[in-house]
Amino acid sequence: MNFPLENSGNLIVLAAGILFGFFIESAGLNSPRKLTAQFALRDWTVFRVMFVAIVVAAIGLWLFDVAGWLRFDALKIPTMFFWAMALGGAMLGAGMAIGGYCPGTSVVGLFSGRFDALFFMLGMVIGMTVFAMTYDSLQPLYLTKGPESQTLAGLTGWPSWLFLLILAGLAGGGFRLGAWFESRRGGTISAKELAGSGK
Amino acid sequence: MTERKPQDFWPPLAAGVGLGLALMGMFLFTGHGLGASGFFSRLLAWLSASVAPDWTQMNSDLGNYLGASHPMNSWISWEIAGVAIGALLGSLIARRFLFKIERGPRTGVGSRIGFAVAGGTLSGFGASLAGGCTSGLGLSGGAVLAVAAFVFLMAFFAAGLLVATLTRRIW
Repeated sequence: MNFPLENSGNLIVLAAGILFGFFIESAGLNSPRKLTAQFALRDWTVFRVMFVAIVVAAIGLWLFDVAGWLRFDALKIPTMFFWAMALGGAMLGAGMAIGGYCPGTSVVGLFSGRFDALFFMLGMVIGMTVFAMTYDSLQPLYLTKGPESQTLAGLTGWPSWLFLLILAGLAGGGFRLGAWFESRRGGTISAKELAGSGK
Repeated sequence: MTERKPQDFWPPLAAGVGLGLALMGMFLFTGHGLGASGFFSRLLAWLSASVAPDWTQMNSDLGNYLGASHPMNSWISWEIAGVAIGALLGSLIARRFLFKIERGPRTGVGSRIGFAVAGGTLSGFGASLAGGCTSGLGLSGGAVLAVAAFVFLMAFFAAGLLVATLTRRIW
């Protein structure tokens, strides 16, 4: 085998989307109250699910690479534009603290019955329109460009497995830190608690 | 018959492993990860091209989405259709599907809608600026250990924590 196959058709993508939506919903990350409780440090589900998913996918891809079944350089690795990504990331964090979602979770929220997600989507289209209208004047933010498709290993010269160990260690530490905060700030938000709020 | 209670959420570890395997599978088959904001960019390009075709064509951002094929004819539209199906199936099976406007106990419907539009506007602008969102840059970039992903994620969490000191009361 020699992954990625690259020409796999729309049904594979549809299936991956179904799993994406299903797991986000199963963790409760379609709930704006649960999502924002991460930033109040009351419920660490966002951190846990994201970090575990990144570590699992990164270790899996690394194993495929080590086994020689993967053309790692054929994978899409984003290039860093420092200010565009730092400011954009900060706006998405602020947008979640205010609006309760990010783009992906708003879709899962809407399709589990949350009408507020529709208004968040309306806002996104407005924000993207403003961006399109001001795009030319934002070009200076794209001047701080990193090397093409740079990875942590490429930046430091350290081996990838070391970063996988560090990430797994950070995830483990985050789980314990999260449990410590959760026991002092009211605990995670359950499905039952959400069923009784904001009809 | 009493009202059937919703099933509780999966443990984050189990949901995270499932999501990670789905993400890895996406990379193996297609060469890229999962995304979300790209769908809304294409939706906007399509809407804009139907209302103001010349302006859209000339616009240096939206013009990029108007190629030989329909802007909605992209893998990410299929993925988002899947996300909708997965969310619907999961919430119905676990009896968590509920029509509502989710909000904090001290927040009215009108202000919740206002905050949703405001937060969405920031998110839409931010995702366009960064060239991706929490899924496309954070999760998918993280899975290939991209420097960009960790810059993005640190800014995302730092700003979220900071702004939440003002907004936590609305939840």
